[in-house]
Formats: sequence, C-alpha cells, structure tokens
Amino acid sequence: MRFDRKAKDNLAKYFFLCTALFSILALALITIYLFMEGLPIFKVTSVTDFVFGQYWYPTNEANPEFGISTLIVASLAVTILSSCLAIPLGVMTAIYLSEIATHNMRQIVKPVVELLASLPSVVIGFFGMVVVAPFLQDVMDVPVGLNLFNASLMLAFMSVPTICSVSEDAIYSVPRELKEASLALGATHWETIRKVIVPASLSGISTAVILGMSRAIGETMVVLMVAGGAAMFPNSIFSPVRPMPASIAAEMAEAPFRSNHYRALFATGIVLFLFTLVFNIIAQHISEKHKQTGAATL
Amino acid sequence: MKKLALITAVLVLALALPAMAETEIKIDGSTTVLPIMQKMVEAYMKENPAIKMTVSGGGSGNGIKAILDGTTDLAMSSRKMEEKELDMAKEKGAPAMPMAIAIDALVPIVNPANPVANLTIEQLRGIYTGKITNWKEVGGEDKQIVVISRDTSSGTYEAWSELVLNKEKVFPGALLQASSGAVKEVVSKNKFAIAYDGYGYVDKSVKAVSVNGIAGNPDTASNGTYPVSRNLFVITRGAPQGELAKFVDYIMNPAKGQKIVGENGAMPVKK
Repeated sequence: MRFDRKAKDNLAKYFFLCTALFSILALALITIYLFMEGLPIFKVTSVTDFVFGQYWYPTNEANPEFGISTLIVASLAVTILSSCLAIPLGVMTAIYLSEIATHNMRQIVKPVVELLASLPSVVIGFFGMVVVAPFLQDVMDVPVGLNLFNASLMLAFMSVPTICSVSEDAIYSVPRELKEASLALGATHWETIRKVIVPASLSGISTAVILGMSRAIGETMVVLMVAGGAAMFPNSIFSPVRPMPASIAAEMAEAPFRSNHYRALFATGIVLFLFTLVFNIIAQHISEKHKQTGAATL
Repeated sequence: MKKLALITAVLVLALALPAMAETEIKIDGSTTVLPIMQKMVEAYMKENPAIKMTVSGGGSGNGIKAILDGTTDLAMSSRKMEEKELDMAKEKGAPAMPMAIAIDALVPIVNPANPVANLTIEQLRGIYTGKITNWKEVGGEDKQIVVISRDTSSGTYEAWSELVLNKEKVFPGALLQASSGAVKEVVSKNKFAIAYDGYGYVDKSVKAVSVNGIAGNPDTASNGTYPVSRNLFVITRGAPQGELAKFVDYIMNPAKGQKIVGENGAMPVKK
C-alpha cells in the first residue's frame, strides 16, 4: 500500500518533469536549427557588412547585398515609438484600475482591456491598412499612410494590454500596510499613488514595459501589413520602414531553399532572437533584483 | 455460382476502394498561378470524383522546394527554375520537369484618380530605380510618386526586374508588399502610388497603365507586342505518371485546361 502511493507519487513527478523538459527541448531544437541555417551566410558576407550594411538586395544575381542595418533601425524605431505611446497608456490604465476605479467601473474596463489582447494581430493590421492609412494620407497629407507611425500605433494597441495587466498585478501586490501608513500620515490619495504605490511597484512596472516592448519588436503580422516595407532609414515618423520580422515573413516563402537569401533571412532571425532574448533577460533581472518581498524592503 | 460471383465482386471492391481513395494529388506554389489552378482543379474533380486534390499557394520558391523534397506532386511557379535548383533535383534522383502552361502579362497599376494612362519602359525603369520621383515628370500632378514593389523573392518581382529594370536594383525607398492582393489593396487606397501586378489581379479598384502605348492584356501578351509578359510553369518530379499524367494532359488540353487559363486573365500556350 505504501509502496503504491510512493510509486504513484514518483510517476506523477516524472510525468511533470517530462512536460517541463518538453518546452526546453523545443526551444533548444529551434535555437539550434536557427543557428545552423543562419550562420553559413557569414561565409558569403562578413558580420559587420551584415549588421551595418545599408543595402538589402539578397536576390540580385550580379551583386547580391545582405545589409540589414535599415531593418534593425526600423525594428528599434517602431519599438521605441510604440513604447512612447503604449507605456503611458498602459501604466496609467493600470493605476486607474487598481487604485482609483470603483468596483463597477473596474468590472467594465478590465475585461475590455483584456479583450484588446485577444484581438488577432491580423485584424489590427487590417484596421491599420484600411482605416488608419487612408486617414493619414487624406487628413495629414502624408504621401504614404503605411509608415512608421501607423505601425507604432497599431503595435501600441497590442502592447497596452500586456503592459496594463502585468503592471496592475504589480500595483495590486503592494502591501496594504504601506498604503494605509501613507494615508494615516496625512498624505492625499494622489500623493500616496505618486510617492508610495508607484515607487513600490516600479520593478513590476519595468518588467511589464520590457515585456510589452519585446512583444512589439517580435510582432510580425502588423508590421508586415502597415509598416510600408521600404528598406531605408526613416527620416521622419511618417516614413515607410521595414522591420526585421516583416522582411523575414515577406521573403521566406519564396526564397530558394538553402540559398544565400534563405540563410540571410535565418541570420536576420538570429539577430531578432538576440534582441528579444536581451529584452527578456533584462526583464528577468529587474524583477529578480527589485523583488518586493515585504513592506520593509521599500 | 452466384455466391462465387458475389464474393469476387466484394473482393474486387475491397481491393479497388482503398486504391482509388489513395489517389491524391498535392499541388503547391506560386500565388500567381493559384487562382487559375484552383479553377482547373475544381473542373477536373467534377469530371473525376474519385481523385482527391489539394491546392495551396506557398509561393514559387516553396513549391519548388516541395518538389525537391517530394512533399508535393505538382509545383506551380511564376519563374524559371534556377540552375542550382535543377542540379539539386538531379542530385536527389528525381529530375524536375518544368512545363510552361500559360503566358501572363504584368501590368503597371495606379490609383483610378491618377491621370497618367501611359508610361514608357524607360519611365517605368526611372521610377523603380528612384531617378523619377515626381508624377509631374511623367505627365501627372506635382506629387511624390509612392513606388510599390513585391518582396524581392517573389516570381512577380523577378519577372518585373528582368523585363523592365534590366536587372537594375529597385531603389530602397520602394514599399514592399508580400502578395499580389496586398499590392492592389495599397494602390486602391493611395492616390499617388504605382505598382505592378499580374493581369489576372487587375480589377476596377485600380487603373491599368499601358506600356509604350500598348495595353497589357492576353492578346497583346501572346502576340508579343506587349513588352512585360512571362511564362507560368508547373513542375513535376520526373515525368508525370498515372493520375498525375492525366491531370497534366488536362492542363495542356486546348479545350479544357488551356481554356480555363484563358478565362482567368492569362494567355494559353496551346490553342
């Protein structure tokens, strides 16, 4: 009888170990494949030419060029601009929801924000293409409505729910006694939010922001549909650009198997992977380092 | 005696049914050939209900890759196979056999609100290499030209760069769109855009521009007067056999497949 119970326990233990290992294995295999398919491009072009080269003509027969600096700059530009739009919106919504909103209001707003997260990216992209782009062209007199600004706006829609819900969790987990102490000392509600609640949940909010940014930099469908796709450095926020995921998605389908073009696209994938990896490591680091373990650590 | 006949009939059926059900033809490749192929498959399956066919449009490169890997029976392509790809097929022991099934015209398109109706090949080249940047240089309004191109690996791009650009590079400021449908969508929404698309995709939402004074359509493409036209291919793994051979014959049949080619905006190769 005892043995049976123990055997069952062990069985369960190993079963869950296997399921946990499965995702690690999958990640490992994908990473290995990514590097195996991408790295051979550096026999054809140097790493510096690849990362800093300005011209992307992978299929030109006479003189192919594999420079992705315009693509990297485009990815960074859409990410930064979308963060500028999404961070204030997301964080302020989180503060409103967790501190200010009445119970009823919260019951309405919170599901709506979460619903925004469930919108498929292709729907957001389509909205940008059919509604926002003509609006920019007709009302703002911009030559191309599919541009950096449009893409950033659409990406902001997508990262607001992430930023908002992670920030809200962080704000919610601020110990109650901190807030009560502040109010007891005579601080107003606003002073309490500004000087106690927000600083206490800053690490959680930072994590939220970085997770939101890493979602924006890796997002493919939206930038493929609304960023415009011109492989050059933007000279205004209304310039069309081509971020890395858009380039990979647009070209991979028709790139000859294991050609240099195919390898260059995989190498672009490696660069993208490194970016999201760095974002995630930073997020991890911040949330570990500034972990709020009790009221005393503030 | 009757019993024996019955048993024989059941046996024959039992053997024949799975064999019939197994006949499945998989088709993959160019999105340019896709609308034509879908019509052909529909018509062919109506005539031969026992055959199961699946068609998907993963792009010319993916179709060729699938033929090399043996994961598809028939590939569609809007470009010639590269030497490298032909060699790879030979290495794998199954030489790829491309076959031209239709002639397609590439048509420059602009927004219906744009007054420009004709461009020379030189003007098109100027626009796509970034030397001409304003519509007034080619007889339009004083507005910046928004140049739209296909992604560099699409068969349509390759044909355009060969036929119009003489392999010169499209300037980096051109907007790249990933599909023929997306190109049309952008042009229909942007008054100062120019793009190119297969004749089959051009409809009322955009305006076709003639090249060197000749309108691109199946007639001018097949008699050779229209300068921007190309062949569309299907590719098989080795010589087609069995049901696949019958389907390929159907495609090339002037009264059947080739008629469908003509009905869908491309020009048949056999009349």
